[in-house]
Amino acid sequence: MTVTETNRAPARPGGAAVLEATGVTMRFGGLLAVNDVNLTVREGEIVGLIGPNGAGKTTFFNCLTGLYKPTSGQVRFAGAPRKAPRAPKRGTVSVEAVPVQPLAALTPLPPKPRAVVRAGMARTFQNIRLFANMTALENVMVGRYCRTSSGALTSVFRGPKFHREEAASRARGQELLDFVGLGRSTEHLARNMPYGDQRRLEIARALATDPKLILLDEPTAGMNPQETKQASDLIFKIRDSGLSVVVIEHDMRFIFNLCDRVLCLVQGQTLIEGTPAEVQSDPRVIEAYIGTGEDDEDEVDVQQAHVQDTTVTDEEGS
Amino acid sequence: MTDLKTPPAEPETAAQPHTNPLAWPLGLAGVALVIVGSFLSWSYDSTILGDLSINFYPGGLQILTIIMALFALVLLLVEKGPLTRLGAWLDATAGLRALGVTLTLYMLLVLIAISVESDGLINVNPGGYVTLVGAVLILVSSRMLPLRQLRDMSEAKLPAWVEILAIAVLMGSVLFVAAYALGLDDAWSFILCLVFVAAMAVALFRTGALTWVGHVSQRQRKVLTLAAFMVAFLFPFTQGGSDANMSIATQVLVFAATAMGLNIVVGLAGLLDLGYIAFLGSGAYVAATMSTSAFATVGWKPPFLVVMLIGAGVAATLGLIIGTPTLRVSGDYLAIVTLGFGEIFRFSMFNLDGNNGPNLTNGPNGVPGIPDLEIGGFNFGDVHTVAGIELGRFSNYYFLLLVLTGFVILVFSRLNNSRIGRGWVAIREDEKAAEAMGVNTFGLKLLAFAIGAFLAGLAGTIKAHQDGAVSPDQYIFLESAFLLAAIVLGGMGTIAGVLLGATILKLLPEKLRFFSEYRLLLFGLLLVLMMRFRPEGLVANRRRQLEFHEEDEVLAVEIDEEHLLVEEAT
Repeated sequence: MTVTETNRAPARPGGAAVLEATGVTMRFGGLLAVNDVNLTVREGEIVGLIGPNGAGKTTFFNCLTGLYKPTSGQVRFAGAPRKAPRAPKRGTVSVEAVPVQPLAALTPLPPKPRAVVRAGMARTFQNIRLFANMTALENVMVGRYCRTSSGALTSVFRGPKFHREEAASRARGQELLDFVGLGRSTEHLARNMPYGDQRRLEIARALATDPKLILLDEPTAGMNPQETKQASDLIFKIRDSGLSVVVIEHDMRFIFNLCDRVLCLVQGQTLIEGTPAEVQSDPRVIEAYIGTGEDDEDEVDVQQAHVQDTTVTDEEGS
Repeated sequence: MTDLKTPPAEPETAAQPHTNPLAWPLGLAGVALVIVGSFLSWSYDSTILGDLSINFYPGGLQILTIIMALFALVLLLVEKGPLTRLGAWLDATAGLRALGVTLTLYMLLVLIAISVESDGLINVNPGGYVTLVGAVLILVSSRMLPLRQLRDMSEAKLPAWVEILAIAVLMGSVLFVAAYALGLDDAWSFILCLVFVAAMAVALFRTGALTWVGHVSQRQRKVLTLAAFMVAFLFPFTQGGSDANMSIATQVLVFAATAMGLNIVVGLAGLLDLGYIAFLGSGAYVAATMSTSAFATVGWKPPFLVVMLIGAGVAATLGLIIGTPTLRVSGDYLAIVTLGFGEIFRFSMFNLDGNNGPNLTNGPNGVPGIPDLEIGGFNFGDVHTVAGIELGRFSNYYFLLLVLTGFVILVFSRLNNSRIGRGWVAIREDEKAAEAMGVNTFGLKLLAFAIGAFLAGLAGTIKAHQDGAVSPDQYIFLESAFLLAAIVLGGMGTIAGVLLGATILKLLPEKLRFFSEYRLLLFGLLLVLMMRFRPEGLVANRRRQLEFHEEDEVLAVEIDEEHLLVEEAT
């Protein structure tokens, strides 16, 4: 697999950790979707998350963003939530994590999407989930919701605060649409926009929440090479504006070109984590994608999960 | 098809290739016949349909046909004649076709009405037939004229004063027609008047003039709002002291204000609430039990403004109580739970009669004899004379309810265009994505419930005094269903649409008493037809229209492509 390494700007090394997920495990009944995955994302870093279908990448994202509450494990984030976070309820591994020095600023995230967004982690979805019957600008302005505070009374009486906030939201929304290259589609309904534009609009909406870390779930799915190129340029631009990025992708060329570090998940477990060069030369990664000829790598079902759990451990042992 | 070959790119230069030379004169002849026929006697019997039996002295219904004929004449002159310049903007043929069909229908209905009311077609005088022939001629000629390609209406910009004048004329005619239609006593005349309104509306819509009005009202929103409010304000003065229509008008306003509150819950936040009438009921019961009625059960008699706030507060509290556990379910489940809540409210009012608990509501008897409102020495039961026009009891309530409705509309539109409103629409569109974008979905849904309930409670307190009595059987499920029907019929999430829907649903049963047995059947039919032909409601929200007619858009694109292919082939 050859990868052209154009466009690569070196990551700022030694940045403080923004996100630290330790021992994240997610179990649906008998299915172990994510098993003891660790991930650390540093400031200004682009981390890739790869793995065959059903490897648990999106589930892992959902655990990070609070859509799922992990069965065990802890997600800690550098942006302090406004309210004091509640003590994690069960099965955390915080005891081990506390002594590590550079993570002092990290605080555990409550498993609630709202709190996660407020803390500064935003995401996009694998299957686009825009507000289809709102305009592009309105979509982005919804993203501003958690950074504004006009209540019902303020909205009805329209004091100076309302006008100030509304104008600020609008300006920020327009700015972000310009940033992702949709400046001219402001008044278009999201549902009528071309596919690629919808993807970018979703990114703009996530950026509107003023995140420190943005999680992109397959941002180039279904795109042609030129659109993919635009997407990677956009992600570099986001990174350069000071954000960290975690990106799930199947397009290997895209991901090895883009990322500073790549994490490969197989059957819910970390297969390898390292630089793109390390990961793409690892035979197990290739095997995981192409298969050994024995396993079918498609959707995981409960029975397969157990069988393949053992397969993976065997492979790791060898 | 002649119009197929019209190049879509340059419509204003489009010639009319294969116009039948007969079409235009035929149309003119039709117009002439309709006008002449309308001046002749239609009916032998002078007691029906407001006397159409005198030659050269047209009655009300005949004047309506003359108006339609004059409109047809204008459209014909747009086709060919001094007004051709307008032809690039207005699709006169489509309008003429609509007008031809509806005018013919109108005349057929007139003939049917005359023969039903006075024993057979024998009572129809020649004028009626002449007009019918004229109508058919207009219909035939419009079929021979080619359709046109139009320019985009949003480009049609006239000086601001012309647009404002157009709004004023439109609103003035709305007031005039409303006053005229409500003045009609017999059902046939009323139906014919409705057909007239529908004919004009459809014809205007087909020509594209209504699209232009839509764009104008976007640009001149404040003027339009003011004009609409003025029309509503002036309406009681057209009634000459008669309370019959004002009573209906107050009911319409209560219904419209309540529907507008429900519109927040259903139209914006997308929560299907089938027990909404309970909030109106709780407001009414609060006002009734705190009134000075002999049957009131609460000893404390605060001023009405305080009662209003208490009533609305009680309703909002009930909204929060029912919302907190149930808003965690969604869709069909929420509908069922709220349906149950509505029934629980009714049975509670039924049973709080002293036998099974405290006596608050007098059980099935309710609280009768609620006196008229008195705010600051102004008694709502008195008749007042303003500028020589008598304003009766219901006019007083009408003005109060107008203020209330204005307030509810203000709350609705301001919330709609705010952070809160965007949050609601986001929840309606995709709750999970909204949550992931940091929107407090549960809190916002609860807020929608509480605000909706609050507004309904406000309306309820006035309703209690206006009706003079409250009883549990006023607040049955059917009323909730009607509120929902008004929203669906008018257009979810819109202001004008819901007002229109509420007016239609409340006005028609009152005016068409002889239909009352078939009322539900007719509404069911109406809703089914609406769902089939215009699912976004009478007044479409821009968003919803796109949602429902996407296939049509695709079709339009395909047709355009076909046009291009045809052009290339020739």
